[in-house]
Amino acid sequence: MSSKKIWWWLFGTAAVVLFLPMLIQSSFLLGVSIVIGLYSIVALGLGLLMGYAGQVSFGQAAFYGLGAYTAAILATRCQVPPAFCLLIAPFLPAFVALIIGRPILRLREHYLVLATLGVGILVSALFKEFSSLTGGPSGLTGIPYLSIGPVVFDSDRDCFFLVWSILGLVLLGMANLTRSPVGRAFRAIHSSEKAAAAVGISTASLKLLAFVVSAFLAGISGALYIFWVTFISPSPFSFTTSVEFALMVVVGGLGTLWGPVLGAGIIVGLDKLLQWLVPEVLPTAGGEFEIIIFGVIFVIIMLFKPKGLLLPEKSIVTVHPERGNNNHA
Amino acid sequence: MGIESQYVQYLISGFTLGSIYALIALALVVTFNITGVFNLAIGEFVTIGALTAVSLREAGCPDLLAYVLAVMLAGLVGALMERATIHPARKASVLTLIIITIGVSIALRGAALLIWKTHPYTLPSFVNTSSIGFLGAVIIPQSLFVLGLAVVAVGFLFVFFDFTFLGKAVRAAMMNKTAAQLVGINPGRLSLFAFTFGGIIAALSGIFITPITTAQYDMGFMLGLKGFVAAILGGVTNVTGAIIGGLLLGVIEAFAASCSFQGYSFTGLKDAIAMIVMIIVLLTRPTGILGNR
Repeated sequence: MSSKKIWWWLFGTAAVVLFLPMLIQSSFLLGVSIVIGLYSIVALGLGLLMGYAGQVSFGQAAFYGLGAYTAAILATRCQVPPAFCLLIAPFLPAFVALIIGRPILRLREHYLVLATLGVGILVSALFKEFSSLTGGPSGLTGIPYLSIGPVVFDSDRDCFFLVWSILGLVLLGMANLTRSPVGRAFRAIHSSEKAAAAVGISTASLKLLAFVVSAFLAGISGALYIFWVTFISPSPFSFTTSVEFALMVVVGGLGTLWGPVLGAGIIVGLDKLLQWLVPEVLPTAGGEFEIIIFGVIFVIIMLFKPKGLLLPEKSIVTVHPERGNNNHA
Repeated sequence: MGIESQYVQYLISGFTLGSIYALIALALVVTFNITGVFNLAIGEFVTIGALTAVSLREAGCPDLLAYVLAVMLAGLVGALMERATIHPARKASVLTLIIITIGVSIALRGAALLIWKTHPYTLPSFVNTSSIGFLGAVIIPQSLFVLGLAVVAVGFLFVFFDFTFLGKAVRAAMMNKTAAQLVGINPGRLSLFAFTFGGIIAALSGIFITPITTAQYDMGFMLGLKGFVAAILGGVTNVTGAIIGGLLLGVIEAFAASCSFQGYSFTGLKDAIAMIVMIIVLLTRPTGILGNR
């Protein structure tokens, strides 16, 4: 995709997004769209880590939760204006990622999966246990709506615009980042870490950078989430959410710009669809057992489309250094 | 209760849960070494074993028959999982395989929720004797069964690995997959064996622990995860390490959960302790306490 094409895509999407709330009258669908936007932001960060830097994280919900709890605690207990909370909140998860990143990213494959999974479970246990700060399992209420100057984002429609505008900015940033020298270095790491290191790419620093960026984006998304629902409890930040984030990236397609957004759309959409459909078909059964179908669908996607639904741009494989960025697309 | 007998008590409860972790770790280590896959769905087999046994008993099956059938069912589900999901993807990347096992675990948990709902169930203790006093501490007889299961399983594995053809083939595949293939050992069949074996061991653990902890559709998740921690603690390639790792994790948990700091009790952080142990081991000695560097 040339950079011109990317601009067209972004403008096209922006236009659709602007008109979407006019078309969507149902507040349910609007809510779903907000969730898709929020998860897309997290998935884009994780996509940078998994698709470009070639590292896995099964603990992304921890960073999402850290952003959310930082914003919630600042807004309720310290009376910090919400707009400032939103600005400050992503820095805590980013900082945590910076601290734990270097030792954890030395691990590979299963070990990296388990270590990140462990961090995720540890952090969500802390949300439950430090009840004096976090409100414990019952959570914190009374979080104000986000307001910037006189504008208060107190309706689903306002939140939709806010979330999707930020998503647009993140997409733009990602499009630029992955086409920059840093982005090419990331792809080199993904293809072969040893080869990348051999040509002088500082693999450890770049992996750490991707990890910190992914944590920062998850933090933004978490903070946006709590200013939308104005309530926080530990349950949305559990291991299950971490797995869903990772699945979004893989299902969408590793190493693609739009993959994480597509993945977020598919997974949130599928989740909501099954929640509605399964009780219609099996009225006797209660509970959240639609996850059976959820699980089966993932296995099927992994069996038949292990690289995800979108494939990386061809140019990733066929860049000719002597011809610069003059690729075939 | 004196402070010493309190320690004995923690040690006993640590060893009881630790045996379960050790058994699950054992299943994981055997599967990992044969197939190169960590079966993240292992915990669900604990649930399947325990809850199937509960249902069969309720349907009027004699205890022993119910347990045997439940274990066989879990083995069958393990075999099915291998044939339907792992075997077709055997050439895929590690990440793909991990996600497949996660997908299977989500589906199985959903199925358990559909069949058994969220109620807690229990099984009777295997014998009706009252608790036994030991150095001022109390032992539930069921604990002895759990410990016994761990001992028998380890004994069985040693006999299996040293004296049977299949066992020797498994050992060969664990040491060098390619070389094993060259002498005619079929890795596909071993992979099927590994997943079936994992299902059976996990189901047995579930049935043995249920009289103590009760059983619920999601009981397997944390137990499976602790099994991983135990396996990592012992070094993932090491069967003896898995046993020691499991027992050690059980004891660490039991003692850590009893600690308190300035009136703040750590009981609620029991699950977090296992994660901290795992992260520390991964970062400082990724080959486990018994593994070679």
